[in-house]
Amino acid sequence: MYRYDEFDQALVTQRAKQFARQVERRLAGELTEDQFLPLRLKNGLYLQLHAYMLRINVPYGVLSSRQLRKLAHIARTYDKDYGHWTTRQNMQFNWIRLEDMPEILLELASVEMHGIQSSGNCIRNTTADEYAGVAADEVEDPRVYCEIIRQWSSLHPEFSYLPRKFKIAVTGSDNDRAAVKVHDIGLRLYRNEAGEAGFEVFVGGGLGRTPFVGESIRAFLPTRDLLSYCEAILRIYNQLGRRDNKYKARIKILVHEMGLDEFGRQVEEEWERIREGALTLPDEEIERIRTHFEPPPYESLPAESAAYLAKRTQNQDFATWADQQLADHKQPGYAIVNVSCTPIGRAPGDISSGQMEVMADLADRFSFGELRVTHNQNLVLTDVRQEDVFTLWEALISAGLATANHGLISDTICCPGLDYCSLANARSIPLAEKLSARFADTSRQQEIGEIYVNMSGCINACGHHHVGNIGIVGVDKKNSELYQLMLGGSAEADASLGKILGPGFDEDGIIDAIERIVDAYVSLREDGERFIETYRRLGPAPFKEAAYDGTTQGR
Amino acid sequence: MSQIVIANRLRDGLVVFLGNEKQWVVQVQDCSPASDETHAAELLAVAEAAEANQEIVGASLIEVEMREGVLTPIKMREAIRALGPTIRKDLGKQAGN
Repeated sequence: MYRYDEFDQALVTQRAKQFARQVERRLAGELTEDQFLPLRLKNGLYLQLHAYMLRINVPYGVLSSRQLRKLAHIARTYDKDYGHWTTRQNMQFNWIRLEDMPEILLELASVEMHGIQSSGNCIRNTTADEYAGVAADEVEDPRVYCEIIRQWSSLHPEFSYLPRKFKIAVTGSDNDRAAVKVHDIGLRLYRNEAGEAGFEVFVGGGLGRTPFVGESIRAFLPTRDLLSYCEAILRIYNQLGRRDNKYKARIKILVHEMGLDEFGRQVEEEWERIREGALTLPDEEIERIRTHFEPPPYESLPAESAAYLAKRTQNQDFATWADQQLADHKQPGYAIVNVSCTPIGRAPGDISSGQMEVMADLADRFSFGELRVTHNQNLVLTDVRQEDVFTLWEALISAGLATANHGLISDTICCPGLDYCSLANARSIPLAEKLSARFADTSRQQEIGEIYVNMSGCINACGHHHVGNIGIVGVDKKNSELYQLMLGGSAEADASLGKILGPGFDEDGIIDAIERIVDAYVSLREDGERFIETYRRLGPAPFKEAAYDGTTQGR
Repeated sequence: MSQIVIANRLRDGLVVFLGNEKQWVVQVQDCSPASDETHAAELLAVAEAAEANQEIVGASLIEVEMREGVLTPIKMREAIRALGPTIRKDLGKQAGN
């Protein structure tokens, strides 16, 4: 993984010390809250319902065991013994004390971490495919370009006061695991017919109160032009994006109001002006960054481990878990292991200090000391020898991390909701817990197959509800929680936005409705058809009928 | 309608309420609500002074009622602030931490 050079380290350490001084001044009463607010947000510190919340960047989801141990230490020492993985592949702590912030930031700086640009109207943490560098279906490693974007976008003077926040995602595979089409800029790395690596560039995607699927603004962008083209997009957005209304300030609104053609024309014009300038990436620079992402020292192994196959035969629980959690690795004899942080009946993405330490140890033992955080709020060990998978599984069981639900109905994406968040209108975590409890049986979940359920506690859509195959959004209706149901969303390469099915439900009613919808799908699907495919074939009618069957809710 | 003042304490962000003696208390049960607008305005003035004095942030008046003998904020958002996360009964004021 990328390691800080002296400039990175000096910058992050210096910022931690500067913020420590600002905290001192705030606590001494020398700064008012209005004066302090922009300073704390620049360092990822929010004030939520119960306490301060600190969001810490995990660049493109790549985390070392050393960093994870530090997060465990911070959770135990300064928070309430747990943390929360976010949909931007970051970590949030929910119970931070302002007076502890100086120490916390210095602790983080010591492991090359910080909260800079995890909040505010700037370029946020660039996200990527969690299988980057190891996926069997990968064309090119997106981490190289994510790191290039990280360096360019960190404290970029021109783009530190954008109309609104700005999010970039990169996928290096045609199987989009990074939801690139619902980002301000989405980059799909591929090779053209001449075999050259480049990006298809999507712009203007996003969720929130006005969701859009991003549109392709450039079919092929050579990798050398990545930064100049992104800079051209950001420059047009920064100059023309609305600043009169924060709900209309994202780039998606600008692209929509200008039209893609005119927006694209202006971007291309600006790009022509700057494209051969200082931002051009020479091959040597790309190769220099690539050296940080060299494959670990893999052993030469047979494609299939006899020991692994034998354990599968001997232990049905293990086989069931492995079927669900393992993905194909490009290196023979190795596996990608998904580790669920979304256990049955518990909050998606929460992880205790003890579990963090277990995962750090397991990463050291079995996966070259590295982990990935996923935008689905889970973890991945990317480089596990197949023959080690059984031992790893046993260790995961002991730590409560062996839930077999990757890509299944209980593996929900869920925002913190009204249990923590000051923006929320309704709770979301109780729904995730109840839904997973309803479908707790693994064999039933596997029989249902791949289905993504995403839920948010307000229209800001941190839980990505528009791109869940089944999406739930909570609203406050006369001081009681009402949940709207939407169907047909997808965050994959064929991204689509869900549509509201009908009147809303209460907390229990929506779980019942989802169960009826899922039952309808199982009876209506054709062989091998995933939920989203059946929905696209049949449309909402049969699901609407099932959802409202025998209920008086919302009528 | 009964009202109390809710805020976050500056140094640690903890949710606090304005108590009878114009002191900040951490349990909603330890404050007595204002039953009329004049009293409520007095409480808010005390809170605003505390805010100006950098003791607390985000002070506001909220409506409360007695539910089964327990003083409870009417809005769910404030009720959750007064107790803690509904999905982690082991945390927050409901757990005494």
